[in-house]
Amino acid sequence: MGKFPLIPEQASTFAPDVDHLTYFLLAVAVFFTVLIFCSIFYLAIRYRRRSDTELPHVPHGGMALEIVWSVIPFGITMVMFTWGAGVFFKESRPPDNAMPLYVVAKQWMWKIEHMEGQREINELHIPLGRAVRLTMASEDVIHSFYVPAFRVKQDVVPGKYSTIWFQPTKPGKYHLFCAEFCGTRHSGMIGWIYVMEPQDYQRWLSGGSFEGTLSESGEKLFTNLACSNCHKADGTGRCPSLEGLFGKTVQLANGAKVVADAAYIRESILHPAAKIVAGYQPVMPTFQGLVTEDGVLQLIEYIKSLGPKPIVGGGGALGK
Amino acid sequence: MITAAVPERENYLNHAYGIKSWLLTKDHKRIGLLYLFTVTLFFFLGGAFATLIRIELLTPQGNFVSSETYNKLFTMHGVAMIFFFLIPAIPATLGNFFLPMMIGARDLAFPRINLLSWYLLVIGGLFSLFAMLAGGVDTGWTFYTPYSTTYSNSWVIATALGIFISGFSSILTGLNFIVTVHRMRAPGMTWMRMPLFVWSHYATALIQVLGTPVIAVTIILLFCERVFHIGIFDPTLGGDPVLFQHMFWFYSHPAVYIMVLPAMGIVSELVSVFSRKPVFGYQFVAYASMAIAVLGFLVWGHHLFVATESVYSALVFSFLSYFVAIPSAIKVFNWTATLYKGSISFATPMLYAFGFIGLFTIGGLTGLFVAALGFDVHVTDTYFVVAHFHYIMVGGTIMAYLGGLHYWWPKITGRMYPEGWAKLSALIIFLGFNLTFFPQFILGYLGMPRRYHVYPDEFQVLHVLSTAGASVLAVGYLMPMIYFIWSLRYGKVAGANPWGATGLEWRTASPPPVHNFDVTPIVTHEAYDYSTVVGQEVEVG
Repeated sequence: MGKFPLIPEQASTFAPDVDHLTYFLLAVAVFFTVLIFCSIFYLAIRYRRRSDTELPHVPHGGMALEIVWSVIPFGITMVMFTWGAGVFFKESRPPDNAMPLYVVAKQWMWKIEHMEGQREINELHIPLGRAVRLTMASEDVIHSFYVPAFRVKQDVVPGKYSTIWFQPTKPGKYHLFCAEFCGTRHSGMIGWIYVMEPQDYQRWLSGGSFEGTLSESGEKLFTNLACSNCHKADGTGRCPSLEGLFGKTVQLANGAKVVADAAYIRESILHPAAKIVAGYQPVMPTFQGLVTEDGVLQLIEYIKSLGPKPIVGGGGALGK
Repeated sequence: MITAAVPERENYLNHAYGIKSWLLTKDHKRIGLLYLFTVTLFFFLGGAFATLIRIELLTPQGNFVSSETYNKLFTMHGVAMIFFFLIPAIPATLGNFFLPMMIGARDLAFPRINLLSWYLLVIGGLFSLFAMLAGGVDTGWTFYTPYSTTYSNSWVIATALGIFISGFSSILTGLNFIVTVHRMRAPGMTWMRMPLFVWSHYATALIQVLGTPVIAVTIILLFCERVFHIGIFDPTLGGDPVLFQHMFWFYSHPAVYIMVLPAMGIVSELVSVFSRKPVFGYQFVAYASMAIAVLGFLVWGHHLFVATESVYSALVFSFLSYFVAIPSAIKVFNWTATLYKGSISFATPMLYAFGFIGLFTIGGLTGLFVAALGFDVHVTDTYFVVAHFHYIMVGGTIMAYLGGLHYWWPKITGRMYPEGWAKLSALIIFLGFNLTFFPQFILGYLGMPRRYHVYPDEFQVLHVLSTAGASVLAVGYLMPMIYFIWSLRYGKVAGANPWGATGLEWRTASPPPVHNFDVTPIVTHEAYDYSTVVGQEVEVG
């Protein structure tokens, strides 16, 4: 890589895909730009006005020409569409075995939570070669998780979860930017992604302060918030038991059915009245303001851990 | 003050004097000049903000202004340029002045409403100016929620109200144009004889009337949430922040065509006059304007590819976005083909038309890049997008606007601008523009996010190039300002038709009489039939 690179480093499986698409787009653009510029130069000089009174002969319209220069560009744009859509489709379908991670964005920092309990701010350590899926929430305004070297970007929108995935292919240190304007220190909401050799990553995981895994933190929170007073494990409480809930289909009081995924659990904690489980009264108070987005994510992990079989992958569960 | 070229002959400039004769005028030509004055003010205001932005970006550290100030600068640059310059620039000045004349009408259909439109723009402009002077606004010109409704501590409401009010100026101008084109055409001026400038303004007017009310509604909802805390967009109040983006872009994407369609109309006129040939494929170019106006309403979702839009709606919006490319390509090819076997003059307006075609081609082609989903994910919200839309709006619209101003200057004022200086400034603008914005494509692909006050060191070289280009560009923009004013007194007196053009506006004196035509013109030829104005037909080439 020279001193003034024209493309960013390629450090994920997507990077070559996106760059190949770029080369194709660039080739088409250069061809047409050169075509138009050269035609104008040539025609303007070739047919420059030689006398003030000259009046050019008017040729009759060219239906054939009009069709040619509509249909050919249309064909080319459809190749662009299909190619671009193909890359995008891959980017929106995380593989089932992707390593899950949580991200909470807030003015103006990135908080990362590993399943094993490690927490990072404005840094993300990940192992080389392993697909990683981030589930992202925002505590305030819209942010956008952007890693140029991976060619991926996804807005983090308050009020819902968004997901992004990538598979790093090259060890190193890469920029993490917030790409959606989020207020005064928007340009300070940056960080680093560290892609490490798997053994280095294992060493990193075992170091540092350990506050328990994400679901252990969730369990602590579950007790502190007194959730267990009503959500009793044996189902005798005023509220439904959460054992084995995650991934199950829930029958609601209004007759509808809903799959108990992360979005549903988040909504039930923050807006409990939105969906009432059949056979129960809407007695649960809202926890909005009492529990942070990080806390909600921990609770979700805890509830997941209660289930006999956590649903895997697809990304579909968390919604894109 | 503007002095009339031929003092003894009465024209729209000298038939009445005094401030009242301007502020209460119902003459579309005088109203056009009121707009010209107003939008020029906002252009230089927006330009001043841009200058400060470019100075700050010379170094990676934020050492010229604070982050608060920087965020306000790019917001107010966008607001001033888009809502108070680019949207009204061509339709409200040149359109106002020439659309009625080109179809042989004495005025627009509703002269009083036309004056009202100008007052609405001024009142809206004053609201936004007040907001800027009182402390500014820092949300970005896009006002994304919930930042704008809940978190920003700046003058969001005053600015948004200014945009709301000026929106009605745009709606009423569009309405006036539609009715005028339908009802006021001179005898013999059939739809297929209308100059392409009129066609493109008609298409623009449809967008103004159908699209602008949506931004008005959006601003009212924003107001309700920010002031009364009614939950619409902020999720903590039960709203959906992405809903705002859908509503905002439902107007603001078509608004790009409000900016660029009139520019295309000017270029069609210029290419024809200075090739002395009808525009090749006249009908295709006319219908392409209408196609762009309609298709422009179907693509807003391409601004939301990474904003948690569903995969399938992203696919649909990407697909539809490519359809807009076709009518745009048709226009570029037809303009180029018009040159073939023409009689090409290199007068300044034609240089601007060439500049437009070249820069619009680059802007349009990079539009194909960002419509490709996999590519857009990487570059959206980076300088690539900034470069792309500046190629369309500055490289396209402003080039055409300046070309049009030079072309019609003799008609408006009765005086010629100085040709040598004008050619030089056109060249400086073209070079300065490319030096400013081309490096931004590379910056964006390298990953430089937009709206960054402080940035990593490795981006500095390209930012320095861009700032260098901006200073060249600034010189290029100041030059016409100076020589246009100079020409009011010292310019060569222009005849009625200095270019040998066919439009009806050239069949009357320069400057035109108050009622445009002494006798209502009767149209017997197609637009651009140069055998009616010049010489003997020769086979060129």
